Amino acid sequence: MHPAPSVIIFSTLSGLGFGLLFWLGLGLPSVTGGTAFAFFTIAYLLAVGGLIASTFHLGHPERALKAFTQWRSSWLSREAWASVVALLVMALFGAGVVFAGARWGLVGVAGAVLSMAVVFTTSMIYAQMRTVPRWKTPLTPALFLAVSLAGGALLAGQIVLAMTLLPVAGVIQVAWWVRGDTALAQSGTTLGTATQLPGTVRAFEPPHTGTNYLLREFVYVVGRKHALKLRIISLGLGYILPILVLLLPFSHVAAALAVLSHIAGVATSRWLFFAEAEHVVGLYYGKRAA
Amino acid sequence: MTTLPSSTQKKLGLVIDLDTCVGCHACVISCKGWNTENYGAPLSDQEAYGANPSGTFLNRVHSYEVQPLATSDKVQPAAQLFHFPKSCLHCEDAPCVTVCPTGASYKRVEDGIVLVNESDCIGCGLCAWACPYGAREMDAKEGVMKKCTLCVDRIYNDNLPEEDRQPACVRTCPAGARHFGDFADPDSAVSRLTAERGGVDLMPEQGTKPVNKYLPPRPKDQLDSAEHIDILAPYLEPVADTPKGFIGWLDKALEKI
Repeated sequence: MHPAPSVIIFSTLSGLGFGLLFWLGLGLPSVTGGTAFAFFTIAYLLAVGGLIASTFHLGHPERALKAFTQWRSSWLSREAWASVVALLVMALFGAGVVFAGARWGLVGVAGAVLSMAVVFTTSMIYAQMRTVPRWKTPLTPALFLAVSLAGGALLAGQIVLAMTLLPVAGVIQVAWWVRGDTALAQSGTTLGTATQLPGTVRAFEPPHTGTNYLLREFVYVVGRKHALKLRIISLGLGYILPILVLLLPFSHVAAALAVLSHIAGVATSRWLFFAEAEHVVGLYYGKRAA
Repeated sequence: MTTLPSSTQKKLGLVIDLDTCVGCHACVISCKGWNTENYGAPLSDQEAYGANPSGTFLNRVHSYEVQPLATSDKVQPAAQLFHFPKSCLHCEDAPCVTVCPTGASYKRVEDGIVLVNESDCIGCGLCAWACPYGAREMDAKEGVMKKCTLCVDRIYNDNLPEEDRQPACVRTCPAGARHFGDFADPDSAVSRLTAERGGVDLMPEQGTKPVNKYLPPRPKDQLDSAEHIDILAPYLEPVADTPKGFIGWLDKALEKI
């Protein structure tokens, strides 16, 4: 699967932004006034910035509003609704703590739950895809939610929570990778089931000598040979380094370093999420080992 | 609406005969021609005459090499080559339709054809991700999703002679490897053909319930068995067992050395 930069930026930053909104909604940290304004600004820049970035890969971004119509069947449409409702509810809660110094607890809790609903709907866009066996697992929403909660806690300055959730997210990440490495073979989809031809089937000739949309979008192979190194980099930057920094005495510089390191690690993992996704259409082109 | 209809009145689709297809790609060209000049955005090409040509196609023909499994009769069966045309299978449980966030993708209740309303398509590509067959391609020029329409602008078109009211790929196939019809009718030609020849679904484990059916290749003549070779073998016996004349002398002389 071709890793579109806009989608990687979106899922990394928005996940982090909604994770921060989750903890802010629960009053962790319980801030008001200027400090609250700073926290909410960061959260909204990340969440909204990510959402805007996600429209860059559309063929017709000017029609993006139509994506609100099909919530009955489409996880992408549900994500659009969840994000707008979550941002509106958290804006109400944020306005309360920033300008009125008032903490409307129920609104905050509702906003927190909705923020996680956004991350869940994002993850389900991928987890529903039977065509990508590596994604089609409950571990995918678990991973997205864990990473969002851990990153949000880190950004919210919740040291104890971050120290607890970062290792949890790291473990889920490793489990997701390990399961994913055999997912295509386990799925039972092979060139044999794809063509229904009797005997041992081998791709002899592709339909065209040139490339095409399918090969560019779904049969992306560049960089896979470095997958293991990238996984180690992702684990190191995303989870291990931030935990080590948190063990040091607190300073704002160290905290910023931990956050940036975490973002770099998660972005690397998201790049791998797409780059390693083996879409079954690759079978027709003889590009899958299975 | 991107929720799928629980049933459709007709199930229009194709039967593709892998035994008959000669791999000429005429269906690819006629499809590209018709669908570029008619309904919806044209199927664009990028760098058509350049170093790295690519383009949008709704129908592509793959080729596969098959090594048949050994049996007690045939210990080393001959390898075979099959051409494999692939276009949208107009699935009953089309995963491409339900993922669409805008309602641009839909499955028609009246005939089961899966279509894209291009003016509603935002070009997110999610439907192409959801399709296991690679039947949908985003047009690089128009930024909208293109797919086989089953030539919806031909099959109901009263301005065309009746023999032309079928998909362009079917109409053009010189080998008669493609057939168009209604699978909801058990007596239709395509339904009977599928039943007689044991038509199959591609990737049944994906749960898409494709309407299009593929007819598996029939067993080939057994040219590698001894009895068939015997018909002509006597005529291939060497005519002269021993050379004569100068060559005969040379042969004997060389034997003695």
